Amino acid sequence: MSEPQKPREEQGPGAPRVGVDEWVATHEQRRQRAGGVWARLGEAWHRLPPWAQLAVVVVPAAFFPFTTESDYLIRVGINALLFALLALGLNIVVGYAGLLDLGYVAFWGFGAYAYAMLSSAKFDLHLPTVVSLPIVIAASALLGLLLGLPSRRLLGDYLAIVTLFFAQIFITFTTNGNRLNLPWRDTPVDLTGGPNGIPGVDAFDLFGWEATTTTSYFYISLVTFALVLSGLHFLNRSRTGRAWRALREDPLAAEAMTIPVNRLKLLAFMFGAATAGLTGSIFAAVQIGVFPQNFELPLLITLYAMVILGGAGSLPGVVIGAVTITVLLEILRSPDDARLILYAVILLGLVGWLRPWRSLAAVVAGTVVFGFAVHALASAVWPRGVERTAIGGEGALGWAIEHWVLLPTQPGTLANVGFVALVAAILALTQMPRTWRLVALVPTLYLAAFVWENKLVFQPSVTRLLLLGALLVALMNLRPQGLLGTARVEIV
Amino acid sequence: MEARRPLLELRGVSLAFGGLTVLNGLDLHVDEGEIVSVIGPNGAGKTTLFNVVTGIYRPDEGDILLDGESIVGLEPHRIAQKGVARTFQTLRLFLNMSVKENVMAAAYGGTKATVFESILRLPRARREEREVEALAEEKLSFFGQRLVGYRWDQPAYSLSYANRRRLEIARAMATQPRILLLDEPAAGMNPAETHEITELIGKLREDGGYTILVIEHDMHVVEGISDRVVALDHGEKIAEGSFDAVATDPRVVEAYLGRREATTK
Repeated sequence: MSEPQKPREEQGPGAPRVGVDEWVATHEQRRQRAGGVWARLGEAWHRLPPWAQLAVVVVPAAFFPFTTESDYLIRVGINALLFALLALGLNIVVGYAGLLDLGYVAFWGFGAYAYAMLSSAKFDLHLPTVVSLPIVIAASALLGLLLGLPSRRLLGDYLAIVTLFFAQIFITFTTNGNRLNLPWRDTPVDLTGGPNGIPGVDAFDLFGWEATTTTSYFYISLVTFALVLSGLHFLNRSRTGRAWRALREDPLAAEAMTIPVNRLKLLAFMFGAATAGLTGSIFAAVQIGVFPQNFELPLLITLYAMVILGGAGSLPGVVIGAVTITVLLEILRSPDDARLILYAVILLGLVGWLRPWRSLAAVVAGTVVFGFAVHALASAVWPRGVERTAIGGEGALGWAIEHWVLLPTQPGTLANVGFVALVAAILALTQMPRTWRLVALVPTLYLAAFVWENKLVFQPSVTRLLLLGALLVALMNLRPQGLLGTARVEIV
Repeated sequence: MEARRPLLELRGVSLAFGGLTVLNGLDLHVDEGEIVSVIGPNGAGKTTLFNVVTGIYRPDEGDILLDGESIVGLEPHRIAQKGVARTFQTLRLFLNMSVKENVMAAAYGGTKATVFESILRLPRARREEREVEALAEEKLSFFGQRLVGYRWDQPAYSLSYANRRRLEIARAMATQPRILLLDEPAAGMNPAETHEITELIGKLREDGGYTILVIEHDMHVVEGISDRVVALDHGEKIAEGSFDAVATDPRVVEAYLGRREATTK
């Protein structure tokens, strides 16, 4: 009779046998030890007390204004902080309570407009910030409550449509709010300034101290951010946070476990709206004015991108998502940097996806050769197709592009056709068998470079959103839960 | 013998979904400290009975009294706060929360700290947080070593099926109920686990002091735990009494197996 085979011991005879309770208990540690530097960093992070975690984020940020003379860079910093605040607020509604609220930007806009009305020459109110800010926050929360009341019984998609409608109404209202006809008035009333918005918003006035410099707004944003972040951290670990997550998981079971689901949904709406309103006030003061186009749909999409990228439900995640995307969008404004990022991302993508190395080398070499061949052919038969110099093309990369990509003098129509062809080619790629895909990848990559150099590079505002979209599509495939999110598991 | 008063009482409760009558003039009572089993073939209205009692459905007719007080029309979380807790036939845990958090979430109704107290970590919020955590650990230790220690911090989805059933019971206990409604606690369990559940339900009454209304298909469990058995068919009560009396009742046999004439023809 043979001995039953013993499971392989991990380390020495003292270690627990595979599968027994003690072994299962330490499984997470073993997995983390196997995860390398990142996993160990994550572990160290989780061991820090909450105040130390906050300090790790806030203290380096506090030194940021000392490192630069550039007003522009500090403004980017303010933007990143404001977006982080907005993402934190959206995370309450979407990440914790699981309500798909597409009207969220309207609360931001409402906060900005409310502050602008209370503290500007518009109605000659000029309330000090310490008075107007609490009013704005309370009014935003109230508006959140009002939107939540009819919406709380709507689920999923239906809630999304109703809140999206609300966001659109807000834009329409602010754009046309300069000539409101009221029944008891003979002349139209100007409430929002219409398309011209409300200019000349007062600076923040905190007990007599006026925030006049960009740096002071950076610190105001940073302090607000730290306060909101720590508040949400504690709220998340309280009965309310647990109840929010419970209702996201299973509203019916939550209700049966003494949790007033409808009231908590309203509370989530109110907290999200109040955070957005507060952020809006700072935004209005930083921009010294508010305009309807500040609060349109692309912004909502960007915000969702931040929450999704970072991982809905994770506080550090949405902060990282917000900062990453703000900084990325700024970098992508310059064609040179954007080009570098594009080619780097394509190359990294190829390195990440293409296995074995032989295929990778073949595709890269093939693309390079293909490009030079096309370029040489075009020089011979169609000289006008290679005449133009690359936009912002300096240095080695610029030279390479001018000798590799077709740069026609009149790129218009050809580039548009190329763009459509590129989209079709990418769709076709996903449907092809593997060998054909490798072959088809070569002209597709070249087409991408062609479209980039002849079309997208002229339209940075559109291009950066396209790139952002591509980034998110790639991330959703690699890591659906976002950078720091936890994968949701369902048992059927 | 002392006269026990009904803790839960249903009087002529009827419910129809469109033209389909699910509960038809149902009278039922559960006395304080009693374990009552509800049996009946599939579609007899057993789970609907639970849904009506916990407020998910509102009965078309009739009244439901908890300790003499009507609970008809209250929202489900109010009914739960008044002391009616349940488990679900198809498990409905908060799968992506930790085991301990599942139980702590159910203590919502028993705590009072406002959001502002929680954000500012004021004394009441901190004290309640400690109490809720202790409560969760206590309820989880009810199942011996199965749900304690490292399992506290594991996500609920990582538990085995039997442990998920146990966690549902622990979660229901954390609402501090007076009456526990258990919907098929032994469904999908193997014989050893079924035996354990039988003992557990007895222990729930002895140690926990709960009154228990249980739906169960496993007749060994029903026989082992019940003070009284109620048989339902087509939303009507067809028999009530001791296990032996109900199990041999011709109407119950007919509901499960059909008429003798039909089988021998």
